[in-house]
Amino acid sequence: MIQVILFLVVVVCVLVGVAFFTLFERKLLGYIQLRKGPNKVGLGGVLQPFSDAIKLFSKEHVSPSTSNYSAFLIAPCFSLGLSLLMWLSIPSFFNLLSFNKSVLFFLCGLGVGVYGLLAAGWSSNSKYSLIGCLRGVAQTVSYEVSLVLILFTPLVVTVGYELGSFSSFQENLWFIFIFPAAGLIWFISCLAETNRTPFDFAEGESELVSGYNTEYSSGGFALIMLAEYTSILFMSFLFSVIFLGGDCSFFVLVSFGVMAFIFVWVRGTLPRFRYDKLMYLAWKFFLPFSISYLVLMAGLLSMLFLGFKEC
Amino acid sequence: MFQLMIFIPLILLISLVALLLSLITSKSSKMNREKSSPFECGFDTNSNQRLPFSLRFFLVTIIFLIFDVEIVIMFPAIQSIFTSQELHWNFIFISFLIILMGGLFHEWKQGSLEWSV
Repeated sequence: MIQVILFLVVVVCVLVGVAFFTLFERKLLGYIQLRKGPNKVGLGGVLQPFSDAIKLFSKEHVSPSTSNYSAFLIAPCFSLGLSLLMWLSIPSFFNLLSFNKSVLFFLCGLGVGVYGLLAAGWSSNSKYSLIGCLRGVAQTVSYEVSLVLILFTPLVVTVGYELGSFSSFQENLWFIFIFPAAGLIWFISCLAETNRTPFDFAEGESELVSGYNTEYSSGGFALIMLAEYTSILFMSFLFSVIFLGGDCSFFVLVSFGVMAFIFVWVRGTLPRFRYDKLMYLAWKFFLPFSISYLVLMAGLLSMLFLGFKEC
Repeated sequence: MFQLMIFIPLILLISLVALLLSLITSKSSKMNREKSSPFECGFDTNSNQRLPFSLRFFLVTIIFLIFDVEIVIMFPAIQSIFTSQELHWNFIFISFLIILMGGLFHEWKQGSLEWSV
């Protein structure tokens, strides 16, 4: 049962990290736009997430009369629960769950995460929510194919689906120097999976009113936002495990922070894609690229393994 | 596996507790017609909110389903690199991927990926 306690510690740390990540994002977006972010609340704005939380949890909870109310309530819980569950699969110094198949667990979680988006958009009976959810689901589902195929490429090196084994394979050279293009395509697919600018069609801030979370007020909106930022942090952690050296050294943690910084930097810099260009990118560029890259790397690496069977 | 059976309800319980907390501590006031109708920037809605949606979304999901099944079929291939002869593994895996690629190009030619919304 000590693993339950350790995992609860991880969950609490992730939630605190997500709270401060919202502050980080607001301040960074402010500085990108030549203004300061929130700096009044604490010393330099440090207590802003707590005041945000108090505000969100004390606002009025509007229940739309024409919605499917139970799905409306359950969908943000489900999204947050799933995003937190995906943190189970991280490698850790304490050998938290010693998952043999963490990558498979992560891929299953990614696939099921679509349902939270679908339920949230469909059950709040509103045009904007519906359009936002359909666009978001189609986008998530398209990018998931190329994400999985790109992920197969380092997995052919580390034979087996264990995230903890990535650290032992990157002792001498990080994977990002071996698979640079795959790393870049993986990062862009992560941006699309987490519905993040330039791919934030599910929210669509100025076109649809607020996309799939139009009808959500205090509690549900807070949970949806927490779920989104939790998956952003998880994807940046996964990038630094898979491509930037996976052991639990200080440098991996720093690079995890740098990846989160790049997520926000991309948000502040790029405008939103057009939807057909998004689909073109996924099906006609990323997917042929990832299949071809896998053909190249799988052929090459399995030929290189010819003498190394006992590793 | 048994540990997963503990973790999954625990995490769902945590998020449910968060939702219940927000329901308990939120400001309560009377519901009126304006607050509980769907959002339309102040106007009254005069049509069904669940509009018919373009069939392209559904077709994209069908195409994803095909590729997802192919990916699931590929999962055991990664695990079995060391337990199979390299040339055999190589040939089978690469020919499977080439068939997958052929399917993708066939769909491309047939126009299924065209403005896939």
